[in-house]
Amino acid sequence: MPPAAQLIDATKKYGSVEALRGISIDIELGEVVAMLGPNGAGKTTSISLLLGLRKPTSGKALLLGLKPDDLNARSRVGVMLQESGIPTVLKVGELVDLFRSYYPKPMTRDRAIAMAGLEEKANAQVKELSGGQKQRLYFALAVCGDPDVLFLDEPTVGMDVEGRRSFIERIAEFIQMGRTVVLTTHYLEEADQLAKRVIVIDRGVVIADASPQEIKSRVAGKRVRFASALTEKDLEGLPVSASTIQDHRVQLLTNQPESVLRELFRRGVEVSDLEVAGADLEDAFISLTTHKANE
Amino acid sequence: MAVATFRRAPVWPMLRLQTWAEFLKLWRVPAFTLTSLFLPVMFYAFIGVGQASQKIFPNVTFGAYFLASMAVYSVANVMIFSFGISVATERGMKMDVLQRATPMPPLIYLLSKCITALFFAALTLVVLFPFAYVAGHVRLDPSAWVNLASRVLLGSIPFIALGFAIGYLSGPNSAVAVVNLIYLPTAFASGLFFPKQLLPQFIQQIAPYLPLHFFGQLGWDAVGAPTDGNVTTDWLYLVGYGVLFFVVALWAYRREENRKFT
Repeated sequence: MPPAAQLIDATKKYGSVEALRGISIDIELGEVVAMLGPNGAGKTTSISLLLGLRKPTSGKALLLGLKPDDLNARSRVGVMLQESGIPTVLKVGELVDLFRSYYPKPMTRDRAIAMAGLEEKANAQVKELSGGQKQRLYFALAVCGDPDVLFLDEPTVGMDVEGRRSFIERIAEFIQMGRTVVLTTHYLEEADQLAKRVIVIDRGVVIADASPQEIKSRVAGKRVRFASALTEKDLEGLPVSASTIQDHRVQLLTNQPESVLRELFRRGVEVSDLEVAGADLEDAFISLTTHKANE
Repeated sequence: MAVATFRRAPVWPMLRLQTWAEFLKLWRVPAFTLTSLFLPVMFYAFIGVGQASQKIFPNVTFGAYFLASMAVYSVANVMIFSFGISVATERGMKMDVLQRATPMPPLIYLLSKCITALFFAALTLVVLFPFAYVAGHVRLDPSAWVNLASRVLLGSIPFIALGFAIGYLSGPNSAVAVVNLIYLPTAFASGLFFPKQLLPQFIQQIAPYLPLHFFGQLGWDAVGAPTDGNVTTDWLYLVGYGVLFFVVALWAYRREENRKFT
């Protein structure tokens, strides 16, 4: 059986901007894959190529072994896109019925609406929905065709913490059905909760492709900042994945902030203005790319 | 688990639901519904009713003549507005992006819009004809009513292509202005509101080449009024304009494809 989705040495240029600089990805049927990366890394472009919304400048994109704009392939695929609109005067139920008619073996309307948790809004027009509800409607439209492959481009973008949590539960429910899911996100936490495989994309290339656990272990979880007169030499042998020292301001990325600090104190390093915080993805990328350079 | 076979959704239910959705999209926008259904009636009430019984030709009252004018006006209006503005708006809201990622063939989208526009056009006649009968005392042979209705509906098809072209050439915010700038002056110049003889000289000279002029002649001829030239040439010109508009629309559509989807 052909893979669910495939990019073969794909590049994409928008004018002189290189969005993808040679990406090869194989996603098998049944896999749950998160594409992770900062804004502008090339995640959405990758998805657009796989859906046939954009054509690769060079290389190839395949969906279920077919050209991505082949309606046979699309009939087995559901999509939630980041930037797309739906008619604001149509009602939730009407839109779900419309999208169901595009697919050969759709779910029932009630089931699709229930999967998105929109039962109470079935008779509401799109313009009456909140941002989070609209996002859930897009999800209902993506799953209502009962697709074998589901693409979710930044599904939780713009949601508050509670909305994001319950929405992730709904995606997990769909994953329980054993389907292929490809999602993009810039939250490592989200990738970790949903996916069994994480593909990290940065500046148009794949910089890591592994399980969430492995990515997490390679990515520094905490950022430690303090003022000190220490030098690179004082950091030797410490479990630090990246460090910057400038004007007596020190920043370390590490998974074990406690033991790093303990060791620094043991070595008699003077530290003031100490601050320990969770590393964000930008930091994580710094450590991922440094890892690559060190290998 | 997934199967290796490919299946597609049946086309008829898809077309039915897409057409229903297109209908609701227009029906629920009062700005469109009211202007397309009642503006022609209002014009008829203001301009046509007062002198409806006056004979302007031996067998034709002004009421009947102006009914033909307004039938042509309202039907072409629906085509240009429903297509031009809705396509431009949908592009602006990026509705086309999600739609393109679904297994719905683009032809279904186009067909559903055409059917909806034709339906709305017919609806405007359902409002206009009885009004002209009652308020304008228009009495025609049954065959003339049918002839007028079928001519204006058939003749409106080239204007679908024009609306489609405008929808792809203009932006979501400028579409309304573009449509009004093109449609209202040419409706005037083609004599749909006032006899052409009252228009400035230079407009009288270009008027006989406007698509709405040929369309208008088909309507006036249907109610028995004499026209320049004959019905066959009117049809030929309309078909020619239809082909031209369609080519422009297709070019604009492809241009958009190359920008947004390559």
